[in-house]
Amino acid sequence: MAQSVVSPQTAVSRPAPLRIPVRDIVPWAVFAAVLGLVLIYFVGAEQGATSLISGTWVHEFTHDGRHLLGFPCH
Amino acid sequence: MASSNVTGSNVNASTTAAPDAGAPAQAMTMRALLVRGMLVGIAGAALALVVAWIYGEPQVGAAISFEEAHAGHAGHEPEVVSRAVQKSAGLITAVGFYGVAIGGIFAIAFAFAYGRLGALHARATAALVALLGFAAVEGVPFLKYPATPPAVGNPDTIGSRTALYFGMVAIGIATVVGAVIVCRRLVPRFGTWNAVTLSAVAFALVNAVLFQVTPKPDAIPEHFPAETLWDFRIASLGMQAVLWATLGLLFGWLTERSVRK
Repeated sequence: MAQSVVSPQTAVSRPAPLRIPVRDIVPWAVFAAVLGLVLIYFVGAEQGATSLISGTWVHEFTHDGRHLLGFPCH
Repeated sequence: MASSNVTGSNVNASTTAAPDAGAPAQAMTMRALLVRGMLVGIAGAALALVVAWIYGEPQVGAAISFEEAHAGHAGHEPEVVSRAVQKSAGLITAVGFYGVAIGGIFAIAFAFAYGRLGALHARATAALVALLGFAAVEGVPFLKYPATPPAVGNPDTIGSRTALYFGMVAIGIATVVGAVIVCRRLVPRFGTWNAVTLSAVAFALVNAVLFQVTPKPDAIPEHFPAETLWDFRIASLGMQAVLWATLGLLFGWLTERSVRK
């Protein structure tokens, strides 16, 4: 039973993995990395070690997530 | 998401000479990968939130109770954000944004890795990238600077602790990327198994040395319950494990499915 399910799947010819050219990845990589790092900074560090916005609201609002995601909080 | 892949591949699926090569090339666009990565990141964040509420929040609460009982200073500071909001909207926002960011970056890493790690297909590539990402972004930093609940850590050293933490994340990423590059070079000479073993041992040794030479500014207050600290750290590790496992398995499954169409 199990074999009859498995064998047709493995029999299907799987195409060899095609690389995405590095040239096509780089612009996305730069953009996503910058955006991702900004998000992670605001979740993990703003109004802690450094402060771009005055006050403590961002720190207090993300407090539990900051502790539980492993960032140093205070 | 899946439907957009199909319409994309219909455009010129029949053009290339290789019988099976046309469709996957169309299905595997950066756009599709990035959208999928961010959506799977949200799914992973949702599961991590469940872990946070069941295993993490009780420990945060216990740590805050300890902090208040031992603070000793008269009069409470005014609450900027209430505990109820911190536990719900605040936690959801923080973990959600974190999931989207990690998911997007994961998709980029997958795009670089796919087709460049021997004959690994989409599902196995996603699982391997997630495992390596977890080791780099969570494993290495956690072993040296594990997550700390409220009341643990001296507020005066927050600057240096934050710098050390992000520095350790950078070291994790650098050593994992280095191990992968070394491994790829060793494969032709030593074979896959030996190459992976050698580069994994080298990775562990380099990090063991770095752990020994980096400072340890952790300040655990006297009489802080060890069980709360342990349970908090395991909950934090569990959230990250669930997030990365979702990325590796769900992203891989969805991508494999779209490639086979």
